[in-house]
Amino acid sequence: MAQTGSCDVIAAVEPTWYLIVSSLLFGIGAFGLLVRRNPLVMFMCIELMLNAANLTFVALATSLGDINGQTAVFFVMVVAAAEVVVGLGILVSILRRRPGATADDLAELKG
Amino acid sequence: MNVLAQADPILDPNIEPEIWWFALSPLLVLVGGALTLMLIGALTPKWPKGLYALASAMVAGAAGTLAIFNWDDISDNGPTTLVAGALAFDTFAMWSTVTICAAVILVSMLTDEFIRNTPNDGPEVYSLYLVAATGGIVMASANDLIVLFLGLETLSLALYVLAASNRRSDASAESGLKYFILGGFASSLFLYGIALVYGATGSTNIGEMVNAVAVRLDGDNDALALAGIALLIVGLGFKVAAAPFHIWVPDVYQGAPSPVTAFMASAGKVAAFGAIIRVLVSGLPAYRDDWQPIIWVLALLSLVVGSFLAVVQTNVKRMLAYSSVSHAGFLLVGVEAAAHFAGEAYPGMGISSVQLYLLFYSVLVIGSFGVVAVVVGDDDASLDRFKGLAKRKPLVAIAFTIFLLAQAGVPFTTGFIAKFGVIQAAVEVDSYAIAIIAMVTAVVAAFLYLRIMVSMWLHDEDEKAPAVRVPFAAGLAIGAAALFSVVFGIFPSWFIDWSDAITLVR
Repeated sequence: MAQTGSCDVIAAVEPTWYLIVSSLLFGIGAFGLLVRRNPLVMFMCIELMLNAANLTFVALATSLGDINGQTAVFFVMVVAAAEVVVGLGILVSILRRRPGATADDLAELKG
Repeated sequence: MNVLAQADPILDPNIEPEIWWFALSPLLVLVGGALTLMLIGALTPKWPKGLYALASAMVAGAAGTLAIFNWDDISDNGPTTLVAGALAFDTFAMWSTVTICAAVILVSMLTDEFIRNTPNDGPEVYSLYLVAATGGIVMASANDLIVLFLGLETLSLALYVLAASNRRSDASAESGLKYFILGGFASSLFLYGIALVYGATGSTNIGEMVNAVAVRLDGDNDALALAGIALLIVGLGFKVAAAPFHIWVPDVYQGAPSPVTAFMASAGKVAAFGAIIRVLVSGLPAYRDDWQPIIWVLALLSLVVGSFLAVVQTNVKRMLAYSSVSHAGFLLVGVEAAAHFAGEAYPGMGISSVQLYLLFYSVLVIGSFGVVAVVVGDDDASLDRFKGLAKRKPLVAIAFTIFLLAQAGVPFTTGFIAKFGVIQAAVEVDSYAIAIIAMVTAVVAAFLYLRIMVSMWLHDEDEKAPAVRVPFAAGLAIGAAALFSVVFGIFPSWFIDWSDAITLVR
């Protein structure tokens, strides 16, 4: 993969490091989703988790020398964009009814 | 995914995979139908009543019929893969297609009058059903983990919107948001699992994964693979509503409009169990000693949690939601049985029993939520609303009784045949413990169904209760589902024979 000078620098970084970074990002996303109460921030945490998976795909594809992991990232990016559309639509419809609602306020359904 | 990998850059940089259009026709018809319905619906004035539902049911019917033709083709020529190995073309996929299409037909009939005279009356809801059905079918026929993920998201995104589709109800919006956040969480776990398994096996294609693991003897990437499998199981566990990942189920099932709940519980489960079998049994047989005990535990927890928590509910939709968790437990018993033969030539009875269960359960659960839709409409489905239903609407009460008895697994109903098949599969592989637990929890769950029946048949009618009106299409759907559940409970041999022909592409 490494043809130019700048790529040599990138190739010098071990793929394992990328895996560690991406697992950290994934952990931050999962932790944020569990502790934050603002639906919009929770939603951003999901995006962070998806992008952590993307970084994993790219890092592994580079270390395997296989293009398929990189193409997978494009599919995931499209899915994440579609998820934004749907998620923001649902969020707007809720926040219009109840401005400033947090996840704790949305407790009509229980039993 | 291996579109690029298979292309030979020296001979022809633009070589394309060969596409067998007729094999893809059920998917194409559903997507085409959804887009056409949406486009024409937007360009024309409001259609006369019922036509949107009719169009959606006809598209699904056409797709189901094409799937049956494809089934014949597979029986004659054997299973294969499509679009450069991205989709499996086998009887397993076609059975799921037919089940999901049947679910779309029944749910369209239920939805018709349910959303009439509301702002939702239009082509959108039906288009979303068709799109969700496409996603579900892709999930159940995926031969590549990324394709499976795309199908999962197509199904889930449509379901999030459908759950939140009742704009007059706070509960619907809340259920949509809860489903979206938890579903998105599960999807990202699933995706991260795919990435790790990809790292361990070097491919996301199920066939290539199996080969890659088979030739590698040292097992140096096992840590990566096992972490990936764990994440895959968590993600799929959310989607099939298995305990302990069932937290979203009661809230979402309660808040979503009842026909949508029927669709989630039927098509959603078919798709998710299709995916679980594709990923684990078909894709990761080499690690079956590692994931099989997890499935065992998930089955146990789902059976216990589903049946015991269902009993203490007072809302019928929540009761049915917990009962769907316990049904997920039964289905996992079948998956656990199938796991014993993962990667072997003889497929065992597990896979056919799971598919038979999914078909029968889909009809039952659509009928049950159909009755709830007819009786309570948009209101809160508290058990009190069902008091004295037998006096007010005896036929609806009889149909609901049939559905509940069948879900409890009473003989001469499809529910019994379904449960019997799964237990038989578990006994075939000597999984006696889980089979006995399943039967015991079925008895506990029967108490829940009896509670609803007692309310309907023995309690006095509530004077203040609003009158129940049964629309024609919904009545037809409920009647057909009830008839199906009894007739094929007494004469199940056709379906058992057909389900015996279910195989996975290897």
